[in-house]
Amino acid sequence: MRKIELVQNILEANESIAAQNKRLLDEHGVFAINIMASPGAGKTSLILQTIARLKGKLRIGVIEGDVASTLDAEKVKNEAVGVVQISTGNMPESCSLNASMLDAALKKLPLEDIDLLLIENVGNLICPSEFVLGEHKRVVVSSFPEGDDKPIKYPMIFADADAVVINKADLLPYVDFDIAVFRRAIEGLNPKVKSFELSCKTGAGIESWCSWVLNGLMSSQGRANST
Amino acid sequence: MHEFGVTESIIDIALKEAKKAQARKITKINLVVGELTGFMPDCIEFYFDFMSKDTVAEKADLHFESAPAQVRCRSCLTIFHPKDTLWACPECQSQGAEIVAGRELYIESMEVE
Repeated sequence: MRKIELVQNILEANESIAAQNKRLLDEHGVFAINIMASPGAGKTSLILQTIARLKGKLRIGVIEGDVASTLDAEKVKNEAVGVVQISTGNMPESCSLNASMLDAALKKLPLEDIDLLLIENVGNLICPSEFVLGEHKRVVVSSFPEGDDKPIKYPMIFADADAVVINKADLLPYVDFDIAVFRRAIEGLNPKVKSFELSCKTGAGIESWCSWVLNGLMSSQGRANST
Repeated sequence: MHEFGVTESIIDIALKEAKKAQARKITKINLVVGELTGFMPDCIEFYFDFMSKDTVAEKADLHFESAPAQVRCRSCLTIFHPKDTLWACPECQSQGAEIVAGRELYIESMEVE
């Protein structure tokens, strides 16, 4: 018997594909946002609202990750420059997108015609936190009816987020949601996180979210141009 | 649920190392899984059993060691093991801590013949 000392990171394969994806996106000047949430929080609604506000300024592509169906891709297909549906139900793993799924999806998109790529992850607050895709920003969409305890129950996904959107602000009068509890939890995990309270239904608060997206895109392209 | 790809990576790494060492059999793989990750050892074992068939890793014993979670209080910098879900500091009671350990997932070593 011989012992081989290794200390080898198991997620390295995913991370190296993610790094290739990021290089490919940067080469084409595409700014990519990974949108993660539980099912029903409003990922698709946020994508539709973002496209509605920004499509005059930017060329937007969308990748839809779902376990089954092309319902979400159908909803956005008339709005975006390109849409790719990833149906994870046909894959050995269905609970999250990973870097090789993004790699395959990027090959189907006209990257030279896209400025902003919105990647809708599979609805799940656990698995997507383990896999980087090669995105520039990680965003979690939460919603008022889900309750203020989500960052306490699922800390990992909030710990790595660049921004947190709290959707369905129009329902706030009907639910018990203590915004101070929620903020204390996300800022405790992640002091640099930006948060946006908005309603995809009424459109309230969407402007400041869109400004954050635009600013992120411009500073990412500024960095790319200066190198 | 997402252990399939992870198990695939474990087997890839183990087979590559076994080949390098010119081993004819892998008897044990020692893995470290952080307490804050969502990876389930039972699930990795389940996939490993059928994914390693007909390779030198077949029937290898998987040994899992849990790496405990450690967080650092942002106010007083005390490092502690978070006991409750609020991650409140046991020294100064403030809420807000940075993760120091517990997200690991790696192969520490393996035994071959």
